[in-house]
Amino acid sequence: MNWLTTLMALPLLGALVIAALPKSMSNKVKPVALATTLVVAGATIAMAVGFQRDNVDMQFVEVHSWIPSFGISYALGVDAIALVLILLSVLLAPIVVLAGWNEPNGGRWGVKTFYVLMLVLETMMIGVFAATDVFLFYVFFEAMLIPVYFLIGGYGTGERAAAAVKFLLYSLFGGLLMLVSIIALYVLSGEQGGHTFDTFALSHLKMSSMTENLLFLGFFIAFAIKAPVWPFHTWLPDAAAAATPGTSVLLLGVLDKVGTFGMIRYCLTLFPNATKTFTPVILTLAVISIIYGAFLAIGQKDIKRLIAFTSISHFGFITMGIFAMTSQGHSGATLYMFNHGFSTAALFLVAGWMISRRGSSKIADFGGLQRVTPVMAWTFFIAGMSSLALPGLSSFVSEFLVLVGTYTRYPVAAVIGTFGIVLAALYILIPVQKALHGPVTAGNEALTDLNLREKIAIAPVLAVIVALGFYPSPLLNVINPGAAHTIANAGFTDPLPQINGEVGK
Amino acid sequence: MTSQSLVYLVALPLFGSALLLLGGKRTNRWGHLFATAISASAFGVGLYQFSVMLGQPDSQRALTQKLFSWISVGTFQVDAGLMVDQLSICFVLLITGVGTLIHIYSIAYMSHDLDRRRFFAYLNFFIAAMLLLVLGDSYLNLYVGWEGVGLASYLLIGFWNQKPTYATAAKKAFVANRVGDMGLSLAIMIAFATLGTVSFAGVKEHAGQASTGALTAIGIMLLVAATGKSAQFPLQAWLGDAMAGPTPVSALIHAATMVTAGVYLITRSNFIFDAAPTAQLAVAIIGAITLLFGAVIGMAKDDIKKALAASTMSQIGYMVLGAGLGPAGYAFAIMHLLTHGFFKAGMFLGAGSVMHGMNDEVNMRRFGGLRKFMPITFATFGLGYLAIIGVPPFAGFYSKDKIIEVAFNAGGIKGITLGAAALLGAAITAFYMTRVVILTFAGNKRWDEKAHPHESPILMWAPMVLLAVGSVASGFLFTRGDALRNWLAPVVEPMPVHEAELMSPAVVSILALALVVVGVGLAIIKYFLSEVPVVAPTDVTVFTRAARRDLMQDDFNEAVFMRPGQAITRGLVKTDVAVIDGAVRAVARLARGSGNVLRTTQTGFVRSYAMWIFLGAVGLVAAIWMVTL
Repeated sequence: MNWLTTLMALPLLGALVIAALPKSMSNKVKPVALATTLVVAGATIAMAVGFQRDNVDMQFVEVHSWIPSFGISYALGVDAIALVLILLSVLLAPIVVLAGWNEPNGGRWGVKTFYVLMLVLETMMIGVFAATDVFLFYVFFEAMLIPVYFLIGGYGTGERAAAAVKFLLYSLFGGLLMLVSIIALYVLSGEQGGHTFDTFALSHLKMSSMTENLLFLGFFIAFAIKAPVWPFHTWLPDAAAAATPGTSVLLLGVLDKVGTFGMIRYCLTLFPNATKTFTPVILTLAVISIIYGAFLAIGQKDIKRLIAFTSISHFGFITMGIFAMTSQGHSGATLYMFNHGFSTAALFLVAGWMISRRGSSKIADFGGLQRVTPVMAWTFFIAGMSSLALPGLSSFVSEFLVLVGTYTRYPVAAVIGTFGIVLAALYILIPVQKALHGPVTAGNEALTDLNLREKIAIAPVLAVIVALGFYPSPLLNVINPGAAHTIANAGFTDPLPQINGEVGK
Repeated sequence: MTSQSLVYLVALPLFGSALLLLGGKRTNRWGHLFATAISASAFGVGLYQFSVMLGQPDSQRALTQKLFSWISVGTFQVDAGLMVDQLSICFVLLITGVGTLIHIYSIAYMSHDLDRRRFFAYLNFFIAAMLLLVLGDSYLNLYVGWEGVGLASYLLIGFWNQKPTYATAAKKAFVANRVGDMGLSLAIMIAFATLGTVSFAGVKEHAGQASTGALTAIGIMLLVAATGKSAQFPLQAWLGDAMAGPTPVSALIHAATMVTAGVYLITRSNFIFDAAPTAQLAVAIIGAITLLFGAVIGMAKDDIKKALAASTMSQIGYMVLGAGLGPAGYAFAIMHLLTHGFFKAGMFLGAGSVMHGMNDEVNMRRFGGLRKFMPITFATFGLGYLAIIGVPPFAGFYSKDKIIEVAFNAGGIKGITLGAAALLGAAITAFYMTRVVILTFAGNKRWDEKAHPHESPILMWAPMVLLAVGSVASGFLFTRGDALRNWLAPVVEPMPVHEAELMSPAVVSILALALVVVGVGLAIIKYFLSEVPVVAPTDVTVFTRAARRDLMQDDFNEAVFMRPGQAITRGLVKTDVAVIDGAVRAVARLARGSGNVLRTTQTGFVRSYAMWIFLGAVGLVAAIWMVTL
C-alpha cells in the first residue's frame, strides 16, 4: 500500500469536497475539514505502527519516475525524524481546525477558501518531510509558501499584507539560494555517473571543499531563514503577529521545523565536511539565537510577538543540538522539534482565545484573568511552564538532552545556552503576572472562560505535554536509532566520559 | 533491597493534588479534609518504610524502587527510580510529619478563604514534589522534585496574587531559584561529561577516578543550586518577600522543608565535596556569611514574619556551614535541620496564630502583652524560642552548639574564623529572638481598639503543641548514644577518630551560653525595660537602616542585574528593529533601484551599518573562538 501518497491525497480529497459543496451546505465546510484532518491523523498513526524503529533505512518507500529527462522522481520515504515530524503535522492539524473554529469568519475570501488552503497546506507539510528526491523536496518547500501567504494575507490581522509579503520574499530568497545549490548538485551528479536528484545518491558525490562549502551555504541559509536562526529571524515575529492563531501554530510548530529538518537531512548528509567546517559558526549563531530570542521575548509588549521570539530562542536550542553532533544532542533536537510543536501550539491557541475575547493582543491590556477565566488562565500557565521547560513536562526532556549532549563536546556553548533557562523564567512569568495575576483590570471583568469546543481542542495538547514529560520513551525509542545513524554517518562518535578518556590515554 | 511501596509516597499526594485541581468546585466541601488525609497516609507510608529499615542491618537499609526507564539516549541513561536511605528517611518523616500538622492547622487558618481547596491542592503538590526531591535516585530525578517544589513555592507565595506585590514576590522567588537551578543543570552536565552517569550510586562509585578540577566544578555548581533554593548568600533576597504567602506555607516550605533542600543536596553529594576541598571550603564560607547576614537583618525587622524569615536564612546558614565542614559536620547539619524543622515551623505557626487573633497585623510594634490573651501560642512559641537560642536542654542547644564546636575544631585560621562567626551568630540570634518574643508577648499592649486578640481554635494550637514537644525533646533524643550520627553513618561516613581539639564541648557550651545571656540581656534592656515606640524610630544609625533594607540586597540586585538587564533588553529590542530588520529593509530598498541606492549613501545610513557590521563581525569572531574553546 502506498501509505505516503495516500496520506497526501486525503487532505486534497477533503479540499475538493469542500470546494464542491454547494452554498446550501456551507455549514458543512468546517465539519468536513475537521473530519478530513482526523482521518489523516488516524491513517498516519496506523502507518506509524508499522514503522520498524531499528531499521535506519527509508521506510514506506515509493519511487515513480516523474521527469525522466532530468532524472527527477516522485520519490517518497520516511526515516525516524521525518516520521516524527509528519506525526506532529497531522496531529496538530485537527487541533488547529477545532481550536480556530471562528478564525476564518470575516476573512477576505470566505470560509471555504480558508479550509481549502489549510488542507492543501497539510498535503504539502506531509510531502516536504516525505520527499526523498531533492527536487521534489524543493517543489514542496517553495509551494508551501503559497497557501501560507494567502492564509496570512487573507485572514490575518493588523498589517497582514505587509507581513505576508515579507514572509514570502524572505523565504523565496532562501529558496533561490537552495535552488542554485540543487542545480549544482545535479550538474555534479551528471559528471559522476548519471544525472539524479536522489538524496541518497547525491550524498556520495565527490567535490572540492570550496564547492562543498558553497553548496552547503546555499542549503543552510535557506534553512536558517526557515527555522529561523539569528540574524535571519525578523520575518517571523511580523508573520506570527499578523497570522491567525491557527496559522501561527502551523507556521511555528511545523513549517519552521522544515528548516531544522533540512539541516539534518540535507546539510549533514550531503555535505559532511562542510558541516564540520561551519559548525563553530553555526553553534555561535545558535547560542546567539537562544539568548537574543529570550531577551527580545522579555522586551515584547505584544503577546503574539513574545511567543514568536520565544520560538527563536527554542530554535537556537534545536540548532545547537543538531550541530553538537552527539547522540544526546541529536535525539534531543529531534524530540525538541516535536515537543516545541505542542508547547507552542498550546501557547498560541490560548493566546489567540485571550486576544479574540479581549480584542487586543497587548499584554498590558490584560490583568487578573486567573479570577475571571480560571480555566483559560491555567491553560496559559501550563503552556508557559512547558515553554520554560519545567521538569515533568515534555520540553524539559528535550532541552536537557540538547544541553547535556552539547556540553560533552562544546562546554562553553552549553554553558551560555544554560543561561537561557533563567531568561525563559522571565519571558514566561512576566506575561503570566501581567495578564493572569493582579487585580482584574478594566475591560477584563466580563471575559468568558473556555467553552467546551476549546477545552476539547486544548486537552489533548496538554495531555501530550505532560505524558511525554514523564514517559518520553515511545518517541525516543523511535528517534534514537536514526539519530545515532546520522551521527555515525557524519563521522562522529560520542565523546567518552573524562574518566574513561584518561584511562584510554 | 528493593521496595514496592516507595512510589506511593510520591503518588498519593500527587493524586490528591490532581484530584482537587481537576475536580474543581465539586471538591470544595471535603477537599481540605481529603488532602489532609492524603498527607497523613503518606506519613504512614513513611513510618512503614522506617520500620522496614530498622529491621535491617546498617549496610542494607537503603531501599530502592525502579519504576521505568525515563530518558535513554546512548550512554545517557536515567531511570525513574526512587531510593530511601538513612538520610532521605529523615526528610520523608519531617516532610510528611510536619506537613500533616500544617495541613491540619490550615484547615482552620484558611477556613474563611474562598480558595481553600486550591490551597490544599498546592500543599499536596508540594509534598509530592518535595518527596520526589529527597527520594530520587539520581541528580536528574532530584532536579524534577527540585523545580517542582520551586513551582509549588511560586504558586503558594502568589496564592493571593491579586495583590501585585505578592505576585511580584512569587516571580522573584521563581527567578532567583532558576539561577540556582542553572547551577544544578550545569552540575549534572559536568557530572555526565566527566563520569558518564548522573545517578547518585554511579557518581559516588566513579568520583574517585575524576580529576579534582572536575569535582570542584561540580561542587561549586551544586553550591550555586543550594544558595538559590536555601536562600543563601548571594541568592538570598527572595526569602523575605516570600512571606507574602499564607503563614502555614511560610512554616512548611519557607522554614521547615523546601529551603533546607540545599543542605540535603550538599549532604547527599558528600562524596563530591569530600574530594573537592576548595568547593567544600566555599560551602562553609557561604554558610558562615549567611548565618551572620540573616541574623543582622533579623535584628532590624518589625514584621514578625520577616524577622522569622531572616532567622531561617541565618539558621540554614548554620546548616550549610555544618555541611561544609565535611564528615565531621554532616550529621550535625542534618540534626540542626531536623530540630529547626520543629522549632521554626512551630514559631511560624505561632506567628500565624497571633496574626489570626490580630486581624492579620504583622507589625510587632503593634503587638505587646499578648501572652495573657494567647497563653497556648505564647507557651509553644516560648519553647521554640528557648530551642532556637540554644538553652539546654532544648533542641537547638544540641544541634547548634555541635556545629559551633566542629567549626572551631576544623583547624587553623579557618577553624577560628568559622567558629567565631558561628559563636557571634548565636549571640545575635539570642538578641533578635528575645526581641521578637518581648515585642509580641511581653510589655504593654500597643494594638489599636479594633483588635480583639484571642486564642486560636484547637485545630491550630494542637499542631503548635506537637511541634513544641519536638522543640523540647528532639535534640536530646537525637544525641542519646549519638543516635542520629550513627544512623547517618553509612551515608556520610563520619570521621572515625577525633584529633586534638581546639575546643571541647564543655568550653563551647559555656562560651555560647555566656554570649546568649549577653544577647538576651541587651534585648531585655532595649525592649523590655524601655518604652517601645509604635512607629519605628527614624533617627537610627546607618547600620540599622541598612539592616532594615535587608543589607541592601535588593538595591544590589537591582543595580547589578535588573537595571542592566532591562537596559540590554531595551537596547536589543531597538537593535532588532533598527539594525537587523533595518538591514533587511535596506537591502530591499537597494534592490528597488540605483537612484534609491545613491540617496541612501548620502544619508549616512551605510556608514552606520558598516560600523555595525564591523562591530558585529568582531563580536562574532570572538564568540566563535569562545564557543569552540
